[in-house]
Amino acid sequence: MSTRVDIVLDRPDEQASEHQVLNMGPQHPSTHGVLRLVLELDGEIVVKCTPVVGYLHRGMEKLAESMTFHMFCPYTDRLDYLAPLANNVALSTAQEHLIGIEIPPRAQAIRVMCTEMSRISAHLLGLGAFAMDLGAMTVFLWCFREREKIYDLIEHLSGARFTTSFTRVGGVANDIPDGFLSELKAFIDQFPEQVASFEKMLSRNRIWVDRTKDIAVITREDAMSYALSGPNLRATGIEWDLRVNRPYLGYENYDFDIPVGTVGDCYDRYLCRIEELKESTKILQQVIQKMPAGPVNALDSKISLPEKSSVLKGMDELIHQFILVTEGQDAPVGESYFAAENPKGELGFYFRSRGGGYPDRMFIRAPSFVNLQILEKIAPGNYISDVVAILGSIDFVMGECDR
Amino acid sequence: MKLLWTVVEVSVVATVVLPTTAALLVWAERRVSAFMQDRLGPNRVGPAGLLQPIADLLKFMFKEDVVPGHVNKVMYVLAPALSLVPALVAFAVVPYARGMAIADLNVGILLVFAVSSMAVYGVTIGGWASNSKYSLLGGVRASAQMISYELALGLSVVPVLLVVGDLNMQAIVQWQADHVWLVVPLFPVWVIFLVSSYAETNRLPFDCPEAETELVAGYHTEYSSMKFALFFLAEYIHMITASALSVALFFGGWSLPGVTFPDGSMGTLLSGLVFAGKTGAFLFLFIWVRWTLPRFRYDQLMDLGWKRLLPASLVLILATAGGVALLGGTN
Repeated sequence: MSTRVDIVLDRPDEQASEHQVLNMGPQHPSTHGVLRLVLELDGEIVVKCTPVVGYLHRGMEKLAESMTFHMFCPYTDRLDYLAPLANNVALSTAQEHLIGIEIPPRAQAIRVMCTEMSRISAHLLGLGAFAMDLGAMTVFLWCFREREKIYDLIEHLSGARFTTSFTRVGGVANDIPDGFLSELKAFIDQFPEQVASFEKMLSRNRIWVDRTKDIAVITREDAMSYALSGPNLRATGIEWDLRVNRPYLGYENYDFDIPVGTVGDCYDRYLCRIEELKESTKILQQVIQKMPAGPVNALDSKISLPEKSSVLKGMDELIHQFILVTEGQDAPVGESYFAAENPKGELGFYFRSRGGGYPDRMFIRAPSFVNLQILEKIAPGNYISDVVAILGSIDFVMGECDR
Repeated sequence: MKLLWTVVEVSVVATVVLPTTAALLVWAERRVSAFMQDRLGPNRVGPAGLLQPIADLLKFMFKEDVVPGHVNKVMYVLAPALSLVPALVAFAVVPYARGMAIADLNVGILLVFAVSSMAVYGVTIGGWASNSKYSLLGGVRASAQMISYELALGLSVVPVLLVVGDLNMQAIVQWQADHVWLVVPLFPVWVIFLVSSYAETNRLPFDCPEAETELVAGYHTEYSSMKFALFFLAEYIHMITASALSVALFFGGWSLPGVTFPDGSMGTLLSGLVFAGKTGAFLFLFIWVRWTLPRFRYDQLMDLGWKRLLPASLVLILATAGGVALLGGTN
């Protein structure tokens, strides 16, 4: 037997204890990335669960200090890597919040569209992985089929399927390509049918219900004291969605509901995600109908890059281009915090600026990191098999958690 | 002559027919699941990917056979064989065509249960000898599960014996050919038999012993190369045996209602094809179920076995016995 001493944990003496310590992860099929759980087991029942995070830490917040605002955008693709577009949007909106500018309505609508498309793709994966963890492999692949369609759309929009880096301070990288909206419309027209097929496979499936109902109930009080956000919070019955409670990007102009749960168990978290898929579809429909005309970038030449063709001809444009690329947008002295409702919850960016194009400090409030804290509270008392269900229902991404 | 024929039959069935069917079953499972999931599945090796199992086998053979340093070597090596052999032996009494079975034993059905309860040793020992926690949990789950469901499985066969009044598999099939397929009068019994046989073969929704997303790979986590392949093969052969038994006990075996096979070898061949077709349908059901349902939790599975299936099969035995007594006699 191994005699390695684990310095991270106050590990009970396994020989003396009745309990077995089971190391789950960082390489384990259902810890979705590199989460590590140290489970103390009594038979198959978890007595204690200690999450260990940080295997994917890349020091993003520190890196941001030596970058202009634009240069950090690609890093957000790798935060919640299931919803890169939504991260791009959250970052740029936070930067605009710091600098204090408004973006044109068309840019806002495009960003809303980006966020909701990401929400659909992220929830599809969350749902599929949850189902796969409980053995329903087919649902997982159906979800992936739908995700593939969204990825095709995203590729058409931004040129990349995954590393989109689509937003800019003051707007977005490019306008919607021709024919994109009709492609998106074709997708959302067939999407509700697909969601119905997922529901048919799971929602009233006796085994699925047995595996998820009343498992790992999170009470409202716990949800609030652990600062949960996103579907995990709403599943407990708390109606809190930043899109409605602190509207940004013109979310107040769209008509959609916030699905909330009643019990806060794994099943409610599953239902919340299913319903959010439908609500996102509703928002996308309205975006397509209402898509305003106009520019997609702020017209302030100290914020947005000038038209490339004019850079090589006009003196002013050349100077703006040069300054923006080398020094970045000049942010006022001060600090700001802006949070967006991302698929996993509240993704917040805190900036402290001493002026100039580089943030003095940046902090990312990553919803996955915060949501995972509750594992210690809800996992004990359940079976190992339930831990898998809990992980699937919490739907976390380690890229965002470890930053 | 009889002995020679048996030797030939055994070697052909054990080394050619069953492994080939199992390999084809793996292919079928991958194609069917792909079809259900809007994928293509293996379609590169050979026509429609039919030679994929051969490619897989070659891969298994050329993989490094890792024996981790922390295992109990003797048991570790023994376990895959212990798992495979019972699966092959249990097939011996299956009446695969009219008048044909490798061993036409008078206690045929008892042999099946005697041998198939040996299969649990392979899994348990494999989990235990691997000396790793995931394997151990898988092994413990497997032994508890297989022992529990063996009861329900065994009891669900009793009504068949009550009705037919014979333990010989050929006799059971012959009775059904003469009267009626037993699934008609004994439908609930067949349901219990089917569910239990899914649990016996560790297939989803009862694949707790190897639950990939919980226990990595359960009892065979530490196995690689051909040793893993043997476990894999055993699972599929168990499926074939379970399907064949289901056909033989409840769906009239090689018989078809209203069809009389001609005498001689032609009739035997036709009856064999009928049997194969029915077994294939059951194998498809195995695959269909696997790719549709989620997995039970371990304690829910035990609940189902002990609190539902076991009492239900006891009640059904009583009911069948009463029915047989009332209707008077077995034939």
